[in-house]
Order: sequence, then structure tokens, then C-alpha cells
Amino acid sequence: MTFELFIFYLFSAVTLFSAVAVVTVRNPIYSALFLILAFFSSAATWVLLEAEFLGVVLVLVYVGAVMVLFLFVIMMLDIQIDTIREGFIRYLPVGILVAVAVAAEMILVVNSEVFNVDIPAPTPLSVNNTEALGEVLYTEYVFPFQIAAVILVVAIISAIVLTLRRRKGVKKQDPSKQVRTRREDRIRMVKMKAEKRQ
Amino acid sequence: MIPLSHFLIVSALLFSISVAGIFLNRKNMIILLMCIELMLLSVNLNFIAFSHYSGDIAGQIFVFFILTVAAAEAAIGLAILITVFRNRRTINVEELDEMKG
Repeated sequence: MTFELFIFYLFSAVTLFSAVAVVTVRNPIYSALFLILAFFSSAATWVLLEAEFLGVVLVLVYVGAVMVLFLFVIMMLDIQIDTIREGFIRYLPVGILVAVAVAAEMILVVNSEVFNVDIPAPTPLSVNNTEALGEVLYTEYVFPFQIAAVILVVAIISAIVLTLRRRKGVKKQDPSKQVRTRREDRIRMVKMKAEKRQ
Repeated sequence: MIPLSHFLIVSALLFSISVAGIFLNRKNMIILLMCIELMLLSVNLNFIAFSHYSGDIAGQIFVFFILTVAAAEAAIGLAILITVFRNRRTINVEELDEMKG
């Protein structure tokens, strides 16, 4: 067994184990943490496949942003685990059955001779992975890149709009009202005679 | 060297585990979102494996876009989750039946 194969088996085993843990543990916090472990070990597998940039992006974007968002939401919500866990045992047989069927069919197809190819001889790279990706991304795929940016903007706006709420009875300043105020609203000139000394 | 089918088998197992997770945790909306993330991860592994073995970098570009869309999807899904919890005080999927779908 070569060293590469050992690394592959190690990280794949960790990925699959943590995936099983994600769907079976009781506490949602633990499953989020196991999902982080799954992302980390798949990032290692991606680096093994010479996709270094995407491996780093997976760790930065998923572990750094998306999973923190997940953990934040889980900790913010007050979830009763017991009511939400009921039905787990009842659906266990059918879940395992479907999973085994899907896995068996996929493995039967994937394990055929067509896919049993070895890695091609490594061509000497003139540029590194990030540079090669950037060269294609900003020339051939520049319009999909722009569309991805638009999708992200839409996601930001929709997430803000969905969670925005206006509470009634909150005392706060209204700056535009403050700026628009005029002298006549605040001051009243009163004409009156001077009072006599008594 | 590692043959291509090894990566594809790992990806298939990951996908079927997350399908089982959707069956098992059909009441907890957060775990359902996490299972979708796991499915996208297995698809990404497929893309990268094929990209590496066919020597074409377009597969990695696709993974890049899938990551973008998945991040947007997670943000919107969690925002909807928070709104649902604020209005109904629960994230149990079976109780969210107001639309009678």
C-alpha cells in the first residue's frame, strides 16, 4: 500500500464516519461539529486530487462561514430535542433499506471496468492550480462568474429581508425627521408687555 | 496509485448516507439542511475526481459554482428557518402544514 492510498483511506474513513455521526447523533450541535469534521477531511481528499485551491476554499467558506452560521442558528433557537427526535427508530429500517439500495446500485455501476482507470501520467504543470483555475474562470467562464456574484447578492438581500422585523413601541431616533425640522416647529414668538415692578 | 473508482465509491457512500439522514431526521429542519450540504459535498467530490482523471479543469470550475450556490442556499434556508421559528416556535417539519400541501 502506497502512502497516497493510505492517506486516501484514512481521510475517506473519517469522512464517512463523521457523515454517519451527522445523521445519527442526538444533539444538533454535535451533528454540526461532525459536519465540520466531514468538510475538513474531504478538503484533504480534494488536495490529494490536486485541487488545492478548492480544498482551501472549502475550509475557508464552509467551515469558516456556513458552519458558523449553522452553529449560530442552532444555538439561537430553543429546540426541544425529544419531540423532534421521535420517529427516528420508526424510520430507521426504511432509511437503512433505501441507503443500502442506493449505495449498492451506485457501486455496481461505478465499480465496472469503465471507471477502473488509473491516474494519468502527471504532466509537468507550468502554472499552479490556483493560477490555472483563475485563467479559465476569468476568460471562458466570466459570465457564469458574474451570475454567481448576482446570486450571492440576491442571497444577502433575501436573508436580510426575511429576518428583518419592525417592532412596535420602540423608542428610537428618526434622523430624517430630525434633519427636516424647521425653526417654526420649535420656537414660538410671543409678544407681551413688560411686567411692572411690584 | 489510486484508481478513479475508489473516489466514486466514497462519493456514492456519502450520498447514500445523506439520503438515509433525510429519512431518519424527517422532523428536524436543521439536520435536513445539513444532509443537503453532505449531498452537495459528495457531488463535488465526483466532479473533482473526474476533473483530475480526465485532465480537464472545467470540473473544478463547476465545483466553484456549486460552492457559491450552496452557500447562498444555506443562508436563505437558515433565514427561512429563523422566520418559521419566530412565528411558530417550532422547527418540526410535521407541524408546518398550514399550506395543506
